[in-house]
Amino acid sequence: MIPLQMSVDPNLYVALSAVMFFIGVLGVVLRRNPLITLMSIELMWNAANLSFMAYSRAWLNNAGHIFTFLVITVAAAEAAIGLAIVVILFRPHQQSNVDDVVLLKG
Amino acid sequence: MLVFVILAVALIASAIGVVSAKNPVHSVVALLANFAALAVLYLTLSGEFLAMIQIIVYSGAILILFVFVIALLGAGTSVGDLGPNRLGKVLTPTVIVGALALVVLGYALLHAQNPSGGGMLGAATVLPGLANQIPAVTITPGTEGAFGSIADFGRALFTTYLLPFELTAFVLLIAVIGVVVLAGGGAPERRKAAEREPIAKPERRMEPTR
Repeated sequence: MIPLQMSVDPNLYVALSAVMFFIGVLGVVLRRNPLITLMSIELMWNAANLSFMAYSRAWLNNAGHIFTFLVITVAAAEAAIGLAIVVILFRPHQQSNVDDVVLLKG
Repeated sequence: MLVFVILAVALIASAIGVVSAKNPVHSVVALLANFAALAVLYLTLSGEFLAMIQIIVYSGAILILFVFVIALLGAGTSVGDLGPNRLGKVLTPTVIVGALALVVLGYALLHAQNPSGGGMLGAATVLPGLANQIPAVTITPGTEGAFGSIADFGRALFTTYLLPFELTAFVLLIAVIGVVVLAGGGAPERRKAAEREPIAKPERRMEPTR
């Protein structure tokens, strides 16, 4: 077994997580494809998870592991509901732009 | 360090791939690469159990869900286009919200406190070199009850964090109910209406997707 020592500065992990989160935000803001929007949201979940894991390791406190686990569960629920909404929205109309969905607009 | 650099490059490149791919299928493949790199990063952070969970739940369950929906909606139809350029419309609110989030994040980083004792570990004390403050503990994966092992994780999950764990079960229940309500056929008259307006012309389904 190779012992794992933390040779990398946790700040680098947090910075990496910030970059990944930013890319996810860009995806949500700039792309109008609902599927890619959902995938960008997954990117953001994972960026948050990465900083949870980095701080958890830096502090040797496994609360971050627990919350990463919970985030993964909630992300699964979110993906299921989000994809169900995508299916019922886009199957009948064959449209692919989130801005076109104005059913609830007053 | 070399491992970290390779993984970081892979992570960022695949994240950009997810966002910029024209075809959603390519996005899914990029996302798969992203999750795999992330799982290895978790291993370098000695989160061995969560690395496995990441592979199984994310790559195995969530991504397959995405692939199913892409197949259902028909790859190669108009689902994949980039749409109009929205940058001008969203720029101002994005900058405002981003600045606000940055302020909150900066505050949190500056005031981060090590919960398991020890000194401050926020960016204020840390930016010169956080590595100095990391407990110099050698973690041997696979040993009984080591940090990040399943035993360690499970004990915390079922004792200290039992309430969040049970709340998660509730969230999953709500998700199941929500999906059944949303996609489970609906009321009979709605189903009849759906039959009157066919979802896709049958001859279109026969075309090979390119």
